[in-house]
Amino acid sequence: MSMDLRSTAAVAGVGLYGLGEAPGETHMEIMARAVKIALDDAGIELAEVDGLFTTNMNNLLAGPSVAEYLGIVPRVTDATNFGGSAFVAYLQSASMAIAIGLCEVALICYGSNQRTASGKLHSPVEPQPYEAPYQPRNPITAYALATARHMHEHGTTRRDLAEVAVSMRDWAQRNPDAFLRDPLTVDEVLAARMVADPLSVRDCCLVTDGGGAVVLVSAARAARMRKTSVWVRGFGVAHTHKSIMEMPDLTVTPAAISGPLAFGMAGVQPADIDVVELYDAFTINPILFMEDLGFCAKGQGGRLFAEGHTRPGGRIPVNTNGGGLSCTHPGMYGIFTIIEAVQQLRGEAGARQVSDCTLALVHGNGGTLASQATGILGLER
Amino acid sequence: MTELPEGPDARFRHHLAEGRFMIQRCEACGRHGFAPRVLCKHCGADRLAWVEASGKGHLYAATTVRQKPEKGGDYLYAMVELAEGVRMISTVVGTAPDALHIGDRLRAEIDDTPRVIFRKEGTA
Repeated sequence: MSMDLRSTAAVAGVGLYGLGEAPGETHMEIMARAVKIALDDAGIELAEVDGLFTTNMNNLLAGPSVAEYLGIVPRVTDATNFGGSAFVAYLQSASMAIAIGLCEVALICYGSNQRTASGKLHSPVEPQPYEAPYQPRNPITAYALATARHMHEHGTTRRDLAEVAVSMRDWAQRNPDAFLRDPLTVDEVLAARMVADPLSVRDCCLVTDGGGAVVLVSAARAARMRKTSVWVRGFGVAHTHKSIMEMPDLTVTPAAISGPLAFGMAGVQPADIDVVELYDAFTINPILFMEDLGFCAKGQGGRLFAEGHTRPGGRIPVNTNGGGLSCTHPGMYGIFTIIEAVQQLRGEAGARQVSDCTLALVHGNGGTLASQATGILGLER
Repeated sequence: MTELPEGPDARFRHHLAEGRFMIQRCEACGRHGFAPRVLCKHCGADRLAWVEASGKGHLYAATTVRQKPEKGGDYLYAMVELAEGVRMISTVVGTAPDALHIGDRLRAEIDDTPRVIFRKEGTA
């Protein structure tokens, strides 16, 4: 019989640092500052961290590098690099480690200085010999192919994609930490410079600096925490391919696997979710993920955004911080979905607070729609 | 020391250099696969035989990558589904991107690189 891992871990603290631009700081410095904020938020000392869950775009051996920098000797480390979904996937490995007693305080952390260091999306990708002869510009060329196919099969339009960007910007305008807060219209997105059809520059996530940290604790420890515990009610992780060429169906992501796993463990359904925080690397992502996670039928994702249901006041708010499209995107965004969900569940989200928020879904994406991780976080255990 | 066979990746390239577009077909489950590999991605068997690709396929998805003229200008980056049921990344030559549509029938050829490229059926 399998062990029930539901609510074996709770989020006790979260921290954000240097969203946007953090000139003069290394990725490690940005990460460590976010860690300090998260530990202070939880009221836990760095020396108490006995589990480390981290990866980044700079260190090949991220586990040893990050632990060395923080000066900790973790009993358990998971530095699996799934891409940007990793931090949501760590909800699974951290819950496992806590459940079997390998650690009591699990630290998930990330930092990047990609904007001020290079100004470009920093992605040290390995050679793809069967793509390289045709000049891929990964990741955007892969996402553009998936977008084109979704438009062909389901009638999704560039206007639907633009509505996604506008929905994120509407939320960003309520978030003082968001990098882009100017009003944005559908027409402006449609008129933006094309990068890889059908995607324009406004269909692409930002390139920013930024760091994030999440402190997870055991249930026993959670009972002694000063802030409201946010329980890890369910999770699921899945990947079906690495190269877009081998994706089984360009219009169905592995979120269709990770989502049901998470819902099943949590014992809830999409209709029970109050807020969704997902990885919007490109405007097609939220459309695909809302479909694959069961918030609408396949092919109806564009309509969900175009009809305004995901915006402030809508029935299913999506990316209340402004997402990777308008808030922050320091190379790997996954951890920020957890942090924003926790702030919403605790009622700490200020002008962007969703009312009566008790259950949140977080969803990370990695590579070219390759690895997907879903988590369900709730106030009720 | 036993001489080991050439790996599927090198074999594919050598075929290409000889002007042949070869893909793998599993002798256990009968399905084709791409990219070349040691174990069948469908059934796990290690009996993958090389067969000549039909060269027939259709445009499955495509994007025009925008690039400044001084860097070579715009180009088409395409996903093609072969008649054998496998998909590959490629490009389509001889037709302007605007005149290409998903579903268009294509046929393969090998260029000087050498790499497999496609041309729309009925065009020269």
